[in-house]
Amino acid sequence: MADIVIDNITKSFGSFLALERVDLDIADGEFLALLGPSGCGKTTLLRIIAGLETPSSGRVKIGGRDVSALPPRKRGLAMVFQNYAVFPHMSVRQNIGFGLRMAGAEAAWIERQVARAAALLHIEANLDRYPAQLSGGQRQRVAVARALAVEPSVLLMDEPLSNLDALLRLEMRAELKSVLREAGTTTVYVTHDQTEAMGLADRIAVLHAGRIQQIGAPAEVYAYPATTFVGGFVGSPPMNFLTLSVENGRVRLGGLVLAPPAGTRVQIVLGVRPEDLQTAGAAEGFPFTVRVAEPLGPHIMLTGETLGRPLRVVVPPETPVQVGVTMHLRPRGDRIVWMDPDRGVAIGHGEAAKLGTEAAGD
Amino acid sequence: MTLRRAVFITGIVVLCTWTLVPIYLIALAAVGGRTVVNSWPKPFLPPTDVSFATIREFFNISGVWTSAFYSVEAAVLCMAFSILLGVPAGYALARFVFPGATTYRLLILLTRAFPVAILALPLTVGFIRLGLYDTPFGVSLMHTTLALPFAVLVSASLFQAIPRELEEAAWVFGCSPLRAFLRVVLPLALPGIAAVAIFAFVISWNEVFAASVLTVRHKTLTAYLLSVLSESPLHVQFAGGFVLIIPAVLFIFFVRKRLFSMWGIATR
Repeated sequence: MADIVIDNITKSFGSFLALERVDLDIADGEFLALLGPSGCGKTTLLRIIAGLETPSSGRVKIGGRDVSALPPRKRGLAMVFQNYAVFPHMSVRQNIGFGLRMAGAEAAWIERQVARAAALLHIEANLDRYPAQLSGGQRQRVAVARALAVEPSVLLMDEPLSNLDALLRLEMRAELKSVLREAGTTTVYVTHDQTEAMGLADRIAVLHAGRIQQIGAPAEVYAYPATTFVGGFVGSPPMNFLTLSVENGRVRLGGLVLAPPAGTRVQIVLGVRPEDLQTAGAAEGFPFTVRVAEPLGPHIMLTGETLGRPLRVVVPPETPVQVGVTMHLRPRGDRIVWMDPDRGVAIGHGEAAKLGTEAAGD
Repeated sequence: MTLRRAVFITGIVVLCTWTLVPIYLIALAAVGGRTVVNSWPKPFLPPTDVSFATIREFFNISGVWTSAFYSVEAAVLCMAFSILLGVPAGYALARFVFPGATTYRLLILLTRAFPVAILALPLTVGFIRLGLYDTPFGVSLMHTTLALPFAVLVSASLFQAIPRELEEAAWVFGCSPLRAFLRVVLPLALPGIAAVAIFAFVISWNEVFAASVLTVRHKTLTAYLLSVLSESPLHVQFAGGFVLIIPAVLFIFFVRKRLFSMWGIATR
């Protein structure tokens, strides 16, 4: 078992800056998801941890040991590749035992570990088959089993579920979580799928344009995004952002009056999740005109506008909704996030907003 | 159907005729004896009295077996050199980014642009100085130059077809780069490399000009036949031609699929 310290890593490809001064501490046994859109540098960061890519500057430490100058095989880690990279000329048994064979382990021990890893991922029946005879999901399992068989102190995964169909992905996600919890392996998991990151990880690091935007527990990242990018990327539908004018320390939107965090500003951005908007009376809410209503089963998603600005709202399925109708809404006070309109960075949330609603009440 | 298919079939027939008729005629003359060689029109069907007498006669020409041995020696050496030099070069082209990689790729093909006839004299002088003249080893070096462009380009496309992730997975799971190559890349590329080897062998086996120029007494089979058969009767010449064709045709037949990969067409 080992912790990972990523110390001031910068990576450039020619003039393109893939990673810029990235710092990250991953605790022993933690499951960390690197989340971001394609091209944000998350795979590059993973490959730098693995030793498959050399950073332009900065260091990587695993278990307190500086591994920056070590080749992948000496870093004591295992990896699951996006396209699985299962060796086509070896049987499943040979694939799973590959890492141990290369380490020169005893045959009996290899046999035991292979059986264990195969049982964990339910592929015992396929041990003597070749990858070409397996389905995508089975190959995926072989890749994970191969990584687990060596009992790595660190496990790196690069979008391992992205090639599977939706149902299989859901199933594998649950299985991965239970398997890895049991093994207690320090895991770094790269994904662009925010539900995957939220569902699996102990902590999420959101990357954008080579920089870490926010690191935190899934619930924290979801409820209190540190930047407008995080609010827009994490969560589906994304967070709503409304730019409002500040007058006398108050912002006004229809009948809604809120007190943003103190400070001399002309404008401020109010961020609120679609499900954190509740119906209210016309006096204390803002008007919202429904343009499209999508009943999605567990809830109804409404797309419309409020005072000329687009807005998404999620309401319970039993809510009576009609397209074209104007309703009044107000945000749950403790779920508001305030952002700086120029830098797109959070400057306050929760309590300040609550104060604001109280102030508006009198 | 109809027109497209008709054109398609005609094309196939023309190409087959183009290739097969000469081979057939040579075979006919080789087994038909003196009468068939001189008869006109040629019989369409093989003569009923197929005799291998001519071929036997051919093998009894003194020096044929010795020169065949030199041919094999040169071809095996050419094959070995092509693999030892061509496969690493192909790997480098496929895996590494280095300045001038594209130019290098083109330059490799350009080595085939110089006619051997122009190089013949300087080569002969050079080989005499180095003590390589009139040895199968010297001939094999020349043949390696001819086979190498194909060896490099075919093996480059072989390695390109093997996902880099497989190698990276091997590195992560405890392999040094060399071990990863031997355990993962090489087994996957082996059928293709075998095809490259056979192709190099055939190039050397068939080559006649350089072999004739660079040897005097230790001639390879093709060079030897060129000098000897010109004085033999026509049907023996055909028998010699036929014996030379067979190995090449067989080799090409076995590796035909692999040769397509030279043009980047995936063969699975």
